[in-house]
Amino acid sequence: MEGIKYSTVSEIAGPLIIVEGIREVGYGEIVKIESHGEERMGQVLEAAEGKAVIQVFEGTRGLDTKATSVVFTGKPMEIGVSTEMLGRVFDGKGMPIDGAPSPIPEDIRNVNGFPMNPSAREYPRDPIQTGISTIDGMNTLVRGQKLPIFSGAGLPHNELAAQIARQAKVTGQEEEFAVIFCAMGITAEEADFFMKDFEETGAIERSVLFLNLANSPVIERLIAPKVALTTAEYLAFDKGMHVLVILTDMTNYAEALREISAAREEVPGRRGYPGYMYTDLAQIYERAGRIQGKKGTITQIPILTMPDDDITHPIPDLTGYITEGQIVLSRELHHKGIYPPVAVLPSLSRLMAEGIGEGRTREDHHQLSNQLYAAYAEGCDLRDLVAVVGEEALTERDKKFLEFADEFEQRFVKQGKDEDRTFEETLNLGWELLSMLPKAELKKIDDKYIAKYYRG
Amino acid sequence: MKGKIVSVAGPVVKAKGMKGAKMYDLVKVGEEELIGEIIELKEDVATIQVYEDTTGLKPGEPVINTGMPLAVELGPGLLASIYDGIQRPLPKIMEKAGEFITRGMEVEAVNRRKKWEFVPVVKEKEKVKGGDVIGVVKETPIIEHRIMVPPDIEEGVVESIEEGKFKVEDVIATIKTKDGKKELTMLQKWPVRKQRPFKEKLPPTVPLITGQRVFDTFFPMAKGGTGAIPGGFGTGKTVSQHQLARWSDADIVVYIGCGERGNEMTEVLRDFPKLKDPKTGHPLMERTILIANTSNMPVAAREASIYTGITLAEYYRDMGYDVALMADSTSRWAEALREISGRLEEMPGEEGYPAYLASRLAEFYERAGRVKVLGSKDKEGSISIVGAVSPPGGDFSEPVTQNTLRIVKVFWALDSDLADRRHFPAVNWLRSYSLYLDRVKEWWEKNVGKDWLELRNEAMALLQKEDELQEIIRLVGPDALPPLDRVVLEGARIIREDFLQQNAYHEVDTYCPHKKQYEMLRIMLKFYHLMREAVEKGVDFEKLKELKSKEAIARMATTPNEEWEERFKQIEKEMEEEIKRLMRG
Repeated sequence: MEGIKYSTVSEIAGPLIIVEGIREVGYGEIVKIESHGEERMGQVLEAAEGKAVIQVFEGTRGLDTKATSVVFTGKPMEIGVSTEMLGRVFDGKGMPIDGAPSPIPEDIRNVNGFPMNPSAREYPRDPIQTGISTIDGMNTLVRGQKLPIFSGAGLPHNELAAQIARQAKVTGQEEEFAVIFCAMGITAEEADFFMKDFEETGAIERSVLFLNLANSPVIERLIAPKVALTTAEYLAFDKGMHVLVILTDMTNYAEALREISAAREEVPGRRGYPGYMYTDLAQIYERAGRIQGKKGTITQIPILTMPDDDITHPIPDLTGYITEGQIVLSRELHHKGIYPPVAVLPSLSRLMAEGIGEGRTREDHHQLSNQLYAAYAEGCDLRDLVAVVGEEALTERDKKFLEFADEFEQRFVKQGKDEDRTFEETLNLGWELLSMLPKAELKKIDDKYIAKYYRG
Repeated sequence: MKGKIVSVAGPVVKAKGMKGAKMYDLVKVGEEELIGEIIELKEDVATIQVYEDTTGLKPGEPVINTGMPLAVELGPGLLASIYDGIQRPLPKIMEKAGEFITRGMEVEAVNRRKKWEFVPVVKEKEKVKGGDVIGVVKETPIIEHRIMVPPDIEEGVVESIEEGKFKVEDVIATIKTKDGKKELTMLQKWPVRKQRPFKEKLPPTVPLITGQRVFDTFFPMAKGGTGAIPGGFGTGKTVSQHQLARWSDADIVVYIGCGERGNEMTEVLRDFPKLKDPKTGHPLMERTILIANTSNMPVAAREASIYTGITLAEYYRDMGYDVALMADSTSRWAEALREISGRLEEMPGEEGYPAYLASRLAEFYERAGRVKVLGSKDKEGSISIVGAVSPPGGDFSEPVTQNTLRIVKVFWALDSDLADRRHFPAVNWLRSYSLYLDRVKEWWEKNVGKDWLELRNEAMALLQKEDELQEIIRLVGPDALPPLDRVVLEGARIIREDFLQQNAYHEVDTYCPHKKQYEMLRIMLKFYHLMREAVEKGVDFEKLKELKSKEAIARMATTPNEEWEERFKQIEKEMEEEIKRLMRG
């Protein structure tokens, strides 16, 4: 269908151009734009009779209405996928940027994908050992889950994500797995950190990197996660791999969405973000999962920085409504020098309940995790009280809980950047800490487990 | 009639040459015949919302008007199905298209080939009219599907009716009416946006027992009532909705997953065929219809899913059943409205929602109710609606929550503070309310205990008092309170932790029979009064802290349903003795 070249650009506004006098243009199709010898890519946002509104991925800087020509490809955004993509680095549109030629595609896929049929899904149940106690012990990640990290500017979410990518495994199974890393609007420095980390640990061999950096075109950010997830779907559901997808930073993605929406003069929703942001984010997050009868899985760890650490901001808020829980990082813990600064109380893994227990992690995991949560919550409450009445006013029992909360942060939450704890180690550590408390206080644990694991 | 596409933007398509088209006519858009619905008409240009992804659609492609509004198919075979927002069975789509939902998929909502054993309940020459049951089919082992004369058929005489095995499209009876002979099949159609008619509305007086203590005892729902569960993410809306769908004592459950997570629907699909209905002992799936339009499925179909669900519910109501409908979440539906409205460039109201949000919500909830159904005989049926609301940032002042609260009679406010403390269900007892308390009072008094409302109100008062005392504690610490106030705190704590909290994942606790709820509350309050008495008689409060009975009370919720009556008597006896011993010193 590649054919007619139109030079009838009538308007350029923000990232959008309007072309007139055209025929046979489909909604969502990809266009090639040429201006002063430079080629760009765009997508049709609105197709009308004789007129199309196009968003330009690379931005419109330098375009003019006279010397710009447009060719419609007649196809939606597609990429070639192949297992050869492992170990390679691409830009947000899926073009190689590591100097090597494009891998030969094994298949061509529409990047928008199609929604997974809910009756084809398989409920995720296999626990992933990340080696991080606060996740494995209290917010267990399972294969096929989407579990975001809610962070803030300046917090070590990148280190945590890299550590998870490095250490994640399903114990007792040797299976093919891959990491897909999709950067949206992060700095070159941050991207470098991940690249180096992947290279040093050899993880690069089984990774595909899609990099849209802070100075890359804003609009490309909107396409990058779709390209990444299309690759993930191919590797998981066609090639049977277990794929971990890291998307960072979703906040930049949402900002790009807002920018386009404003340029199109759409009616804004909350805080200027478009009303369809929920649906748009869902089309990314819901591409995680498992399919009945297929070996591979897609697990997602999106990272987002909460503007002003505000969890009610539309970006974390809408994300939390779609994802299956969240890992929240705390500035307070970070200031205390605790890495990873995972705030256990507001964090949650919705799929944990079915992913743990006997035959999966350990029989006592459910109850142990509930008890740790309750005891730590009580300790934190007491801290507030101490601030008012002073520590002397506390009973002996309360002092123990206070001490427990401190130890919990220092030993359970805190761990090294290379420290890879097994489920067994995490759970035993939990018991060691609970053993600081009197037996009778462990109300959430059955006597049989107390008899077996309590060491006080 | 054929029109032509003039523009495409997301799910909204404009087509010209549509003269004669009516609002809400169903149309087939483009070469692939994507399904859409007309939502605006201007001269011969129709604006269409398309229920499928519109990528690749071009101006100039044809638009065919079916001349019919969006309708659902009604007949045996609906139960135990899972449909998308416009009643296409998802397993059938999977057969045709594989694991991912592609476009232009035409599949029948009701199985045309399956034969059903039809047993007439009227004889030839008998008079019948719209709404009358003419025969029954065993749809699932527990539900008898009552085949009715369609509501729009006038009174007539049965000319012929046959017993035997039939497909849904076979003629099973003929009726002679004023307008001539009518052939009846087991399959009917009904437009989703039009309420099915009934004789009159009745006040709801029977509680919908859900087996959830905080709902049934504290903020009861009535059969035919409306309720809302708003809550931020992580507060347990979906778990609450699942619990209601599982354990409500309705005959039929319609569950609409509207713009929510795919894995949640998968969970229902996996669990419901295994879980047993406490009333019948049969799998819950046999009385359930699921509608799944997950967040990543087309947004226009999400808008339609609510209407598809309520129309199916009305159909079973007309048979004389009590239907419970859960919509999770109505906020996603409202957002779909907002998205379409935005694409139409309508003048936005609050937070970008269209100005008609309130009236659409009211229209939907108004389709609930206990009614006298059509037909010659006096029969009742009901639809209860519980809608989840997902307020952005957990802030209840936003338009969807506020407009919903103006309509519904039960408000179960979920609270993220409670959820953070793992108090589940995280229903805030001070903010929630039910306007059905007085209406269902009689039922409880007659069937359970005369002092039901008194007990419930006393417990509420205790919790209210606790809240006031908490203010003081924050200033002076608990030790400074007089002993009687500390008894109040202890009493309230027991109600909070041992009654209001309920573990949805515990085999026994997940469903609490209504009599057990009543007994639990009665014993807890009695214990509270005994403690008061003891303190008044001079017993040191510290001694009350170590009472063994407290542990026994804490375990009441998980006492298996076969033994609780015995066990509770024992607990009550032991608790009286224990406190008496204390008082004797």
